[in-house]
Amino acid sequence: MIYLYLAILLSAITALLFVKSTAKGMVAVTMVVVTSLFSSIIAMTALVGNEFQILLAGTIPFGEVSLKIDALSAWFILVINFTMITGVIYGKSYMKPYAKQRTNLTMHWLSYNLLHISLILICSVQNAMVFLISWEAMALSAFIVVIFESYKADTLKAGINYLIQSHVSILFLMLGFIFVAVKTGSYDFNAIAEFSHQQPAMAGTVLFLSFFIGFGIKAGFVPFHTWLPHAHPVAPSHVSGIMSGVVIKIGIYGILRMVLLINADYATIGYIILFISIISGVYGVALAIIQHNLKKLLAYHSIENIGIIGIGIGIGCIGLGTGNELMATLGFMGALLHTLNHSLFKSLLFYSAGNVYQSAHTMNVERLGGLIKKMPHTAFLFLIGALAICGLPPLNGFISEFLIYGGIYDWLFSADLISLIIITFSILGLVAIGGLAIFCFTKAFSIVFLGTNRSPSTSSESESEMSFWQLFPMYMAGALMIVIGLFPSVFLNLLIKPVALFTSDIVFNPNLPQMGTLDSLQKINWVSAGFILFILAVWGIRKLVNRSKVIAIAPTWGCGYCQPNSKIQYTANSFVRTYTKLAKPVLFIEKDETEITGIFPSKKHYKTHPYDNIERILIDIPLKKVAAIREWFVFLQNGRLQRYILYGIIFIASVIVIPVLIDSFLIILQFLNHL
Amino acid sequence: MLSLVLILIASFFFTGIIIRTKSISSGRKGPGIFQPVKDVWRLFKKGSVYSETTSFVFQIAPVIYFSSVVMAILVVPFGSTKGIISFDGDFIFFAYVLALGKFFSIISAMDTGSSFEGMGASREALYSMFAEPAFFILMGSFALLTGHTSFFEIFSTLHLGSYITYALGIMATFVLVMIAMIENSRMPIDDPKTHLELTMVHEVMILDNSGFDLGLILSTGYLKFAMYGTLIANLYIGELSLLYAIPAFFFIQFAFAVSVGIIESFMARYRMSHNPQFIFALSSVSLLIFLGVLLVLGKFV
Repeated sequence: MIYLYLAILLSAITALLFVKSTAKGMVAVTMVVVTSLFSSIIAMTALVGNEFQILLAGTIPFGEVSLKIDALSAWFILVINFTMITGVIYGKSYMKPYAKQRTNLTMHWLSYNLLHISLILICSVQNAMVFLISWEAMALSAFIVVIFESYKADTLKAGINYLIQSHVSILFLMLGFIFVAVKTGSYDFNAIAEFSHQQPAMAGTVLFLSFFIGFGIKAGFVPFHTWLPHAHPVAPSHVSGIMSGVVIKIGIYGILRMVLLINADYATIGYIILFISIISGVYGVALAIIQHNLKKLLAYHSIENIGIIGIGIGIGCIGLGTGNELMATLGFMGALLHTLNHSLFKSLLFYSAGNVYQSAHTMNVERLGGLIKKMPHTAFLFLIGALAICGLPPLNGFISEFLIYGGIYDWLFSADLISLIIITFSILGLVAIGGLAIFCFTKAFSIVFLGTNRSPSTSSESESEMSFWQLFPMYMAGALMIVIGLFPSVFLNLLIKPVALFTSDIVFNPNLPQMGTLDSLQKINWVSAGFILFILAVWGIRKLVNRSKVIAIAPTWGCGYCQPNSKIQYTANSFVRTYTKLAKPVLFIEKDETEITGIFPSKKHYKTHPYDNIERILIDIPLKKVAAIREWFVFLQNGRLQRYILYGIIFIASVIVIPVLIDSFLIILQFLNHL
Repeated sequence: MLSLVLILIASFFFTGIIIRTKSISSGRKGPGIFQPVKDVWRLFKKGSVYSETTSFVFQIAPVIYFSSVVMAILVVPFGSTKGIISFDGDFIFFAYVLALGKFFSIISAMDTGSSFEGMGASREALYSMFAEPAFFILMGSFALLTGHTSFFEIFSTLHLGSYITYALGIMATFVLVMIAMIENSRMPIDDPKTHLELTMVHEVMILDNSGFDLGLILSTGYLKFAMYGTLIANLYIGELSLLYAIPAFFFIQFAFAVSVGIIESFMARYRMSHNPQFIFALSSVSLLIFLGVLLVLGKFV
């Protein structure tokens, strides 16, 4: 089967090189679909319990390489495949305006497929060296797909920022893997497990933390998140969708894999993950609210959702550590389901943002408005995505957040005083995330799609709905989201095997009080369906009642003012103004304004630019310091050939003179000793 | 089932009593108790005017707002009888389904493109966001106290332990009354009878709604009040038999409505910029309840 797959892949790559640029997208779709088909078949069987394992023969640098797809890998492979497919179908249409850039397109689609394959490989290899190589392939191919518009300075800068940070991530991973390899002499993942079982739990915890930082940079946990809000907005929209939907999730996969492999003090790492995740969640959404760039807003929401997933993992780990089975199950189940959910609604939202960009040619929300009339499908899909990301019933986001809440409330009953305080903060954090997300998405949706266009001068005839094939993948994601919201038990049954990997080796305390949240989800099935039916019923009654009524259309009531224009509308900035004032200590907003002076003031301007405080403190200020030190030596580089020759001579001379000097110094020392 | 019927009955007279209390305390005769219901009925019979700026969101939002509150009511129990829907963690569903309604009422206000309605929407979004932590901490405390996580089980086992729980109940009443005031945009957060659009929160959001839609929104407000009244009543009637529980329920609803009327008659609205501080303070009261629960359970030792 593998040879068949390789044959198809090779012929597709060859085809990609030679076909004309309009057909390149189609070839890429074929490649992604074929890869997905092959890997999904294996993943499906693994998810129901038949692990897939092959051992590739030993080669010189790697030794024996074992490929294994267990239930956890299978879940992630399926999540990756779905979003990669929607991404490539969407991208095929999205890339049409760029058809002139032939070589660039070839490179883009090749890297896209390489990214897909390397993601699947990362999920299945059990050998540290091959894992790192796949990881590097993933990082590089992601870099190339992000910088598609590399002729724009911003894009390149953000791309390189991402590239550097992903290599910092690889550094930490290498540190962990090499440490184990030196101790055990093997690169196999089983060696990590064996090694950490021989060591005290504390050693495992430290090892885990090294991996956590490495994977955390990829996933985008605060404070390792700074690459993310730069890289996502500059990429083409389908790439933003897959970056946020699946590429950052590979970091989550890494963390979960390490939880499985490393025998650590689970409670401690649980507390650490929980702490970082709550901060990530709240900080991500707190900054998302003040963003004016729609894609940047969505990028900050990715940090928030990684935080929610992290809270789930943290709860799960604490459950493992304290022997609370239900809590562990709920935590991991919530985290894994939210991984799927986030990949769906975030890719959907990014695709919608892409549609907005293609029709309005701007991402600045202050210049948008009223798009719902021109792009009803996009607006509807964005609304679905917004409701889901806020965790509102009856959509999928609610199910995973409900599971995580369930885990926290379940913890309540067996907690001591310290844990109770942590529980309080977790609940407060999760509630704050939910509330702020609603605040943020009411803003995003209503400013972009509702009202009227805020800058009529830029409005053009090109603002229209996208083609069928661009909307189709979005409807695919939207439909799956609704299905998860209405029939969560189907997906929870699929999650039983992956979660069992975590919980099967742990001896649980059966005496802990439990609450049956898993049963509640059965009821939520019915309640959600009933809810939708009830809405439809009320809607029907409304239709019926209004049928014989006089329905008039009139301008918006302006409270007596009869010359309204589009500038009078509420803007994104004014919508969040009270919030911005309240959250001032946390936020950092650069302002550029001119004071009004004199009786006849001249034209004034006022500009705000939201910036990330953590990025300023952790990255910008240290970089400035380093640059300042570099400044001291700038006199060396003065452009005079004579000086450069002099440096060469000084170097050669010192190479010769310094050993001689040291020798003579030693001789003098000996001589002195003899005295 | 019982709770649904009782809430429906209570919602018929609740707002009427508030208005009546306000008119009596200001020395007017005032309209009859059923006037608000009559208003809604009249609106149901009227035609509507839609703004040319609006889209389908504006049309569907009142329906979803109404449905979400009805859905939340279905979860609320009555003393020792379950609500129509009851499961572990149903109070999470309760809060989130209400948030869904809130989401739609906010975007429907923004749909009109009016600056006034945008202002109301922004305020409503912010205030209700601040009110949620108080509710979750409150329910978390009771969950810890009783060992259950559904409304029905929490309320029916609340007072089985000791009489101190009644003291906690009184603090919880305060929190719930205030949450009800925030959610319904009443004094001291918002003044529904103000004459200036700039100082409104909820009323300014529905400026453009008319006819059936406005009727739905108004009746949703009545239902919401009765729903919070029922939650408050549930704090006390836990194990009472129905014979006493139903009169107690109506008495509590009546007292709640009268006190809302009195608060509105004798208090001024807070400055808009002070509202968030006030709502934060509410969360600290629920933290006090949490500490009280810890004391009762002896977790401090």
